[in-house]
Amino acid sequence: MNFNFKDKALDVVGHRKGFFAASAIFLLVGLVFLLLMGLNLSVDFEGGTQLEIFSPEPLFSVDEVADVLTVEGMEPDDIRLAGNENEIVEVLYIGTLTKEEINQAESVLAEQFGDVEVSESTVTPMVARELAVKAIYTTLLASVAVIVYVSIRFEYRFAVAAIIALFHDVLFMIGVFAIVRLQVDLTFIAAVLTIVGYSINDTIIIFDRIRENMKVAKLKTTQDLQQLVNQSVKETLPRTLNTSITVIFASLCLYLLGGEGIRNFSFALTVGLLSGTYSSIFIASQIWFVWKAREFRKKAAHA
Amino acid sequence: MRWRTIILFLLIVGAGFIFMGMTTNEIANEITLGLDLQGGFEILYEVHPVNEDQEVNRDLLNQTYAALERRVNALGVSEPELRIEGEDRIRVRLAGVEDQDTARSILSTQAHLSFRDVEDNFMMGGENLKEGSAKAVIDEYNQPMVQIEFKDADLARQVTTALRGQPMVIWLDYEEGDSFEEEFSKEMAGGDPKYISAPEVKEVLSTEGVITGLESFEEAQELAALLNAGALPVELEELTARSVGASLGEQAMDLTVRAGVFAGLLIALYMMVYYRLPGVVAAVSLSFYVYLILLVFNWMEAVLTLPGIAALVLGVGMAVDANIITNERIKEEIRSGKTIRSSFRAGSKRSLGTILDANITTLIAAGVLFYFGDFAIQGFGLMLIVTIILSFFTAVLGSRLLLALLVSSRAFDRKPRWFGVKESDISEL
Repeated sequence: MNFNFKDKALDVVGHRKGFFAASAIFLLVGLVFLLLMGLNLSVDFEGGTQLEIFSPEPLFSVDEVADVLTVEGMEPDDIRLAGNENEIVEVLYIGTLTKEEINQAESVLAEQFGDVEVSESTVTPMVARELAVKAIYTTLLASVAVIVYVSIRFEYRFAVAAIIALFHDVLFMIGVFAIVRLQVDLTFIAAVLTIVGYSINDTIIIFDRIRENMKVAKLKTTQDLQQLVNQSVKETLPRTLNTSITVIFASLCLYLLGGEGIRNFSFALTVGLLSGTYSSIFIASQIWFVWKAREFRKKAAHA
Repeated sequence: MRWRTIILFLLIVGAGFIFMGMTTNEIANEITLGLDLQGGFEILYEVHPVNEDQEVNRDLLNQTYAALERRVNALGVSEPELRIEGEDRIRVRLAGVEDQDTARSILSTQAHLSFRDVEDNFMMGGENLKEGSAKAVIDEYNQPMVQIEFKDADLARQVTTALRGQPMVIWLDYEEGDSFEEEFSKEMAGGDPKYISAPEVKEVLSTEGVITGLESFEEAQELAALLNAGALPVELEELTARSVGASLGEQAMDLTVRAGVFAGLLIALYMMVYYRLPGVVAAVSLSFYVYLILLVFNWMEAVLTLPGIAALVLGVGMAVDANIITNERIKEEIRSGKTIRSSFRAGSKRSLGTILDANITTLIAAGVLFYFGDFAIQGFGLMLIVTIILSFFTAVLGSRLLLALLVSSRAFDRKPRWFGVKESDISEL
């Protein structure tokens, strides 16, 4: 097996409008879902109490649990089964429960199902909001820092293009989660942050090659520039694909074999990795090309 | 062909693996697991003043912190994490606590002991207890009780004189509105009253007294520990509470480790199949990388959590990336018609800048997350920083050193297939 695209015609710049359109359509669909239905936020961001009931023997059904837990004053708002053999039940309450209420729930569960273990997660809405705001704020700050560095090392066009690709990936992840209605919790933030690092990394490698090739190239027309970008993407393609394949191996392993606690995390990661690979091949350098070509034409007009 | 360098390569790799094989288990066992991996709980408290004169400031927070710390120590939890956050919050994280309910109530109770009459009038407070004097004992009727000593013997005498022949109600955390009458009828009906006990004062006390009416010796011990740890100067409200059961944590740990091992093997296999000789070197340096991560984690006394393990597995991907970039470069150079040895030199040199730029940008992002991020984000940022630095060392320095040994033996001269390049792809110079 070998990825060798040296002699293959590969015009990723020429088809850029198609790639831009594909991304725009998907992000738009995601946005519509996001606006209409919002995200399926966990108690981490919404506030409330979530109980996770773990049984050594899987014997749960949603109805059973609902029957047992529906006590006056504390009806669960959502119940779902989880784990490979439904050995875990997640019960969500929108308002926060007090310690006494949780103890009560625990004792009725023990009465009905015997030896179960209850894990709890309670967050007050105020703290939940703070957390979300801080996460967004930190991500933006990280982006700015990266723009500054890349602008110094490369040029600001590369920096901005890399950041657009990055936002593409983050929005893609959020969009997918809005569509598939998976729960967004603290680990989702961790996944987004990982993708922030990965996406930049992935894109920079290609830009680095463009910069290197520009040093020796004599560019006269925008066709030359297009040629150069295509060439650079093609040269780095084996690396892009191999790195993506190995990292996606890792995140798929976590998704398929890892436990319930990191299932959503690794799903988010896999989605982000796919988007990151796509955007670094088909979006980032194309944005840079459009921008750079405009400058090219301006210069040509002056000459 | 020079056998010397090949033997050196084999020695380094062999010694490395033997050393790792001997110490990995020990290191892995020493790493502190987060509460999501071994069970436990984490609570973020907001500090509220107990009365209007009190102001929540740094001093008060520090006092509260110290009081919480004493309680945690009384609980006997290993490696508790406590920290003050913001203006009025304290976070407590206890991994591996067996009885979470008791631990939680011990932490948040103000432990303000008061002695009242049956009409709920305040007679004497816990301040009148001698520090560290409370002791759990069992009396001759096999009843658990707590012995206490009073500071102000006169006050104790006054109170017990006034209450002689009547019950003296002992409350822990009496709140406005609690009433003895109500709680007493609860007790009569077989329920659990809110007060600890209401013994009748048979004689006048001065320096010593006992608290009776406790259900078990364990309860007596808890109460004694609480009284010795002192009252909390404030009221604590739980803003967030997270608890993970021990079996759930254990299951998460087992599954994640299994997935991680599987992912590592898959990546190593892929690298060896795709990149041949440099792939084998990459797989070796990857195992060094995983070992070093565990080692550094242990040194830093960091707490390994679920996202931490995920970051570690992803770090493997990042370490692989540096290998891939170098190996692709070397392949390009071989295809351009250079000898294996000069391809290795040129490929290594030309890929270094690329790898550096990629790593530094990611490092910057990780640095911002670590420095500005919230508690949860911070840990992840730290993990990322460690990952990036170590992956750079193993994948750049480690892999190159090993590959240099192999290449300089000249055993692979004119053998481009060992590097994954077909002879037909090589262009003539």
